Amino acid sequence: MIDKAAEMKPVIRVNGLTMRFGDLTAVDGIDFQVARGEIFGFLGPNGAGKTTTVRMLTGVIEPTSGSATIQGHDIRKESILSREHIAVVPEQANVYLDLSVWRNLMLMAELYGIPRNRRVREGERLLEALGLLHRKDSKARELSKGLKQRLMLCAALVTEPEVLFLDEPTSGLDVQSARLIRKIVTELNADGLTVFITTHNMVEAGDICSRVAIINKGQIVAIDTPGNLRSMVRKRQYVEVVFREQAPPHEKLESLPRVNRMESDHGVFRLYTEAPGSVATLLAVLTVELELELEQLNTRKPSLEDVFLYYTGDGGSE
Amino acid sequence: MSAQSDGNRLRRQLHGSLVILKKNVLLYYLKPPVLIFGVLFPVFFFLAFKMGRNISPAAVVPGMVAMALWFTASAIGPLVTPWERSAKTWERLISTPISLRAILAGDVLSGFAFGSAVSIIPVILGLLLTDAHIVNLPLLAFGILAGALTFASLGVLLSSPPTASPSNIMLLSNLVRLPLLFVSGIFVPIEQMPAWAGWVAPLSPLSYAGSLIRAAYGAVPYFPVWLCFPMLFLFTTVMFAASCRFHRMYRAKGL
Repeated sequence: MIDKAAEMKPVIRVNGLTMRFGDLTAVDGIDFQVARGEIFGFLGPNGAGKTTTVRMLTGVIEPTSGSATIQGHDIRKESILSREHIAVVPEQANVYLDLSVWRNLMLMAELYGIPRNRRVREGERLLEALGLLHRKDSKARELSKGLKQRLMLCAALVTEPEVLFLDEPTSGLDVQSARLIRKIVTELNADGLTVFITTHNMVEAGDICSRVAIINKGQIVAIDTPGNLRSMVRKRQYVEVVFREQAPPHEKLESLPRVNRMESDHGVFRLYTEAPGSVATLLAVLTVELELELEQLNTRKPSLEDVFLYYTGDGGSE
Repeated sequence: MSAQSDGNRLRRQLHGSLVILKKNVLLYYLKPPVLIFGVLFPVFFFLAFKMGRNISPAAVVPGMVAMALWFTASAIGPLVTPWERSAKTWERLISTPISLRAILAGDVLSGFAFGSAVSIIPVILGLLLTDAHIVNLPLLAFGILAGALTFASLGVLLSSPPTASPSNIMLLSNLVRLPLLFVSGIFVPIEQMPAWAGWVAPLSPLSYAGSLIRAAYGAVPYFPVWLCFPMLFLFTTVMFAASCRFHRMYRAKGL
């Protein structure tokens, strides 16, 4: 496992971070680094330790052992200094429902000591960017879930963080809100913001993350770019083939050299193999031998979801 | 670490406490539990105590002021943290660069400001409607301020148990506040209470604040004035330190 971030200056550095709740080890000695300007995806099934990790890094809970730094500040010994660099959109947190959208924003900025002129200017800019400016004076309780989540993001960004922690930011949101949040996060990242995001949405993670870590049962089981992770899970690669009119017998396809297993669905055959190029060639030869005709022939890498399932319990071993 | 950067950090934390105060004023001062347990409760207690008894109105004014202070100043603390936990705003608050101590100090300030301000009402009513008169205004002012700070710290201490249900904490706070009220000489002078109650009276911070307020109205205090301020200071310090400790222990419980 090569941690490419190690080559750059890490904004987040985690060493042997562990959290135990009684007999349960929620996070078990994890190590990773996040470089400046990365969007770092933290993926894992429910109960894998994602939120516990975010809570440790954001100073909500104290780790049982291990250490971590944010912008060089130890999260335990210099907790307040480390928190000055971050903003958080927690998974289950909420805005102050009885305050207006604007008051919510200004309150957060004041807690971070942002000067008045700057917080007013930034607040208006962010509300505009996230489509909330016309609801500035509405009570937060009048907003839909999607709009509340946009307000949460505004309230985090108005504090001018260097690192943004997003815990399931688009979970259960309408398509427009989810897309807008992803767009804003990507734009801010292009301007240098480092983003640490936990998500169940594999498409989202594959689209926006520069690197992802997969955590399972409290341990990091994989960490790399989405592309590299897809390549690493060789058994999940496959060749997809569709024949025109007539398909060869299933046994012929399954017995092709280096095919591990085959799935078929309404005339679409998936031949799982560690050598998709070679199998595609053999398929073409077989088609000619049997005097059949190909309609489609594609080699496919596994999706990030396949990689996730592989590492978290569905995909067997390599 | 330079003294200047230490000073800056302290200023940031103090500023944070004031922002928390502002938030609490905006959010919690008019919440029903605060109005019921902080304002209506002492009024009904006063009526229950006064009606049908042959006590001169002037004699009950110091007790009324002390009781109003007791309930109002300690009403904010028990509400804020449980409400924040239940509304899911607590986690975000404790991940800001404001220390837990500064957050709790902000909660104490909220109770202090609420208690001090609302206590002016019975003082004015006493002056307008009864023949009670203040013989030592600075003592009354400092007695109210010191008492408000102590009772607000008690309120924050009472909010320590990790629950997301504000009603549980309001129940607990009344379980603590009511017995302390009865042993503090507010309704019955300490010397007329049973012996055991007389022994318990010094353990109640209300006894000392009540003594200061009595002295300010020219009545005989239960405890010497010179003792009351240090005792209130001691109660405040111990209760605030205990709340910081307990809140730290239960910081992430019930998130």
